[in-house]
Amino acid sequence: MKSLTLLHLTHLERLEAESIHIMREVAAEAENPVMLYSVGKDSAVMLQLAMKAFYPSKPPFPLLHVDTGWKFKEMISFRDAHVKKLGLELIVHTNQEGVDMGVSPFKHGSSMHTDIMKTQGLKQALNKYKFDVAFGGARRDEEKSRAKERIFSFRTADHRWDPKNQRPELWNIYNTRKSEGESIRVFPLSNWTELDIWQYIYRENIPIVPLYFAAPRPVVNRDGTLIMVDDDRMPMEKNEQPIMQSVRFRTLGCYPLTGAVPSKATTLPEIIQEMLLTKTSERAGRTIDHDQSASMEKKKQEGYF
Amino acid sequence: MTFQDKLIKADINAYLDQHQTKSMLRFITCGSVDDGKSTLIGRLLYDSKMIFEDQLAALEVDSKKLGTQGDDLDFALLVDGLASEREQGITIDVAYRYFATEKRKFIVADTPGHEQYTRNMATGASTAELAIILVDARHGVQTQTRRHSYIASLLGIKKIVLAVNKMDLVDYDQGVFDKIVAEYSEFASGLSEKTGTNQTIEPIPLSALKGDNITENSKAMKWYHGPSLISHLETVEIDDGNSAGEFRLPVQWVNRPNLNFRGFSGLISSGQIRPGDAIKVLPSAKTSTVKSIVTMDGDLPEAIAGQSITLTLENEIDISRGDLICSAHSPAESANQFETTILWMSDEAMLSGRSYILKCGTQTATATMAPPKCRINVNTLEELAARKLELNEIGVCNVALDKQIAFDPYSQNRDTGGFVLIDRYTNATVGVGMIHFALRRASNIHWQAVDTDKNSRAAQKGQKPAILWFTGLSGSGKSTIANHVEKKLTAFGRHTYLLDGDNVRHGLNKDLGFTDVDRVENIRRIAEVSKLMVDAGLITLVSFISPFRSERRLARELVEEGEFFEIHVDTPLEVAEARDVKGLYKKAREGKLKNFTGIDSPYEEPENPEMRVSTTSMSAEEAADFIIQQLNNQGVIDIG
Repeated sequence: MKSLTLLHLTHLERLEAESIHIMREVAAEAENPVMLYSVGKDSAVMLQLAMKAFYPSKPPFPLLHVDTGWKFKEMISFRDAHVKKLGLELIVHTNQEGVDMGVSPFKHGSSMHTDIMKTQGLKQALNKYKFDVAFGGARRDEEKSRAKERIFSFRTADHRWDPKNQRPELWNIYNTRKSEGESIRVFPLSNWTELDIWQYIYRENIPIVPLYFAAPRPVVNRDGTLIMVDDDRMPMEKNEQPIMQSVRFRTLGCYPLTGAVPSKATTLPEIIQEMLLTKTSERAGRTIDHDQSASMEKKKQEGYF
Repeated sequence: MTFQDKLIKADINAYLDQHQTKSMLRFITCGSVDDGKSTLIGRLLYDSKMIFEDQLAALEVDSKKLGTQGDDLDFALLVDGLASEREQGITIDVAYRYFATEKRKFIVADTPGHEQYTRNMATGASTAELAIILVDARHGVQTQTRRHSYIASLLGIKKIVLAVNKMDLVDYDQGVFDKIVAEYSEFASGLSEKTGTNQTIEPIPLSALKGDNITENSKAMKWYHGPSLISHLETVEIDDGNSAGEFRLPVQWVNRPNLNFRGFSGLISSGQIRPGDAIKVLPSAKTSTVKSIVTMDGDLPEAIAGQSITLTLENEIDISRGDLICSAHSPAESANQFETTILWMSDEAMLSGRSYILKCGTQTATATMAPPKCRINVNTLEELAARKLELNEIGVCNVALDKQIAFDPYSQNRDTGGFVLIDRYTNATVGVGMIHFALRRASNIHWQAVDTDKNSRAAQKGQKPAILWFTGLSGSGKSTIANHVEKKLTAFGRHTYLLDGDNVRHGLNKDLGFTDVDRVENIRRIAEVSKLMVDAGLITLVSFISPFRSERRLARELVEEGEFFEIHVDTPLEVAEARDVKGLYKKAREGKLKNFTGIDSPYEEPENPEMRVSTTSMSAEEAADFIIQQLNNQGVIDIG
């Protein structure tokens, strides 16, 4: 007998099923896939979906974290504990040349730091381990040029993206064939929005870095951006004193480049409440998008994830 | 403040509970910039409060700099993504947009409307359940309206919103609206016959710019009693993933964590499944019963279309990626020849006789295209004669595969009836197709089993059969060298046959010209003839320009490994042209000979030929000796 009770899936169920389908396609067709793991909330969702996609097997690929050396300390401790608990393989890569050059967001500015430690670091790691397919947690709602990027997005041998030469993606068929030297970035969360991500974390009770929740933290105000003093590498200006303030982070990255927001939200529903009532978009907390209106598109053509 | 905002403030938990049960609708907007498509999407995002203050501030700045609405906000700028598109003021790709109301989450495929972007629209339509067809109230049903409706219908979209936009510019006149609706309905009633898609049409008069009938019913159009656009989108019935259909699970991945567990993972494309249900696996036609539906959240009592699951079965049967698990009482069909509708998406035309990689769900096969039965004029729906399909052209075409695949007609199931075609060299997705029905021809022509086979025929001659495929420009020296090689082989007592391009064109292929389509067919026939010669045990020499890699590869794949030797007679164009033994280059240069390889038709050099002979550094005789020596080294002939 056919059931008439269960005819519709909710939007989260459909998004989940689509992402799992994408991950399984990669597992079935890629030679040497890897999942980029940035420790943030999108990565947390991606990891949960990967655990579901292959259950009772473990995900058949390792995780890769490109560590710039400037991530929040709490991100690193959360990363190590969480990955260990799930029993997964984690590869951590840091651009040693950048470290040797002493690259720092304070000395070299955000764009040079991001380019050397993040973009170049990622390319190094992908080349070193010869990964042919890398999962990323990017969403199309984050930024205008992402809205046109395919779920399976090809990169040339030097990791460049050619927005004019993208393969059509119809139904749920993905053409994963690549030519010598090409690699693929796959975005299983393409169709999720920031709200979907939070709702899913809430529904699934997914562990996330405590920095997303409000707590008293030492911050300084730099040109209207609240920067948390996470270690003593942060140079203080004259007469500048960190003050303890109840803040949280909407997005996580390198601590000197990530602005905190004043907040009292200590539970997931409160975070979602704040997000829904807030009036600025998520990426506004990141410094790299502001420079010019097409800056993300340019960065991606150069190989930024 | 809206009701939702109040609820978020007052009771976030109640809000979250409410939003856990939201459904999702994917739709596509069809129309051009002139119809106000981007403005409509920008308006939907704006009115559903999906635009944050920083984005709004950027929009205000951009509107002043690039906008077309004077001092008003230009919503179109919100959605025109890539920098080059913003400069040109047109949308050239598929962009996906997201917004949500309290009832539903929406995914909008925003695609360009011009004829040269037919492929982009088809891409957006392939995952959409509903299409908004925009019409400018001042201009009514246009050629492009018909094109958009046809493509939406072809891709199987059952729900249409006829959005008559810019009503503010016709004084909100009901007469204008009614006339457009009548005209559209008459046209649309003929569509289902062409495409097999039954559509329902909801006409709504709008002004995207002014916000009329977007979220609330317009005060300026009191004569209209239907729903506003948002209200319609929120309540229209969703047929997500066809859960009422027959059970189909394309197997993506076999889940084997240990010896005790063997599960089959996939996304259910239609129907429902429960433990105890009888299933049939295609194409093997083996049957079993579902033991459990496994997920990380626990075994499920039931699963429906749209869910990603893992099935375990009661008994061990061999199942791998590409198989289709079906309900046992109404399984899909299996076949290797189909009638299909093809939409071509590549700059390089679809050539009949050429083979492509076909991907249907999780199944992959090699497909050879028959000549199109017709090409459809997407503006008038007329059926025209065609020998090939160019970029953005749609045609009806038979397809033959190298193996059986499981399928349903596209009109019954998009996932098991739709496929993409992939170029074997560039790996690009060059076309897509929708299966109409299987052709029964192939299953009725059985291979005639014979007792004397290739090996025994070859053994009788004391030789290994092979194809020596000479490729190179006209005048490169192919035939001369092949002739020398054949003489030498005969002298060594080998049985040979030489197929020469010019000679074959006098007989077997005298109906063919020199267009790309004919060149492909020319080589296909030669490849098949050489295969028969090899089967007869002969060493077959083929001397053909054979300019395209795809066809040389086709020839290679027809015979067994180690039987095909590609010999590139590598003569630079200048040298061949300077020789011009037959005076053809001169004619081609003078424009008296069209489609001449190397002049106005391409020659794709072999990438990894078994042998390469350079006629600038050795004579034809020396080249022939070299080839004989190589054949000896590789064990094809044994002359010590």
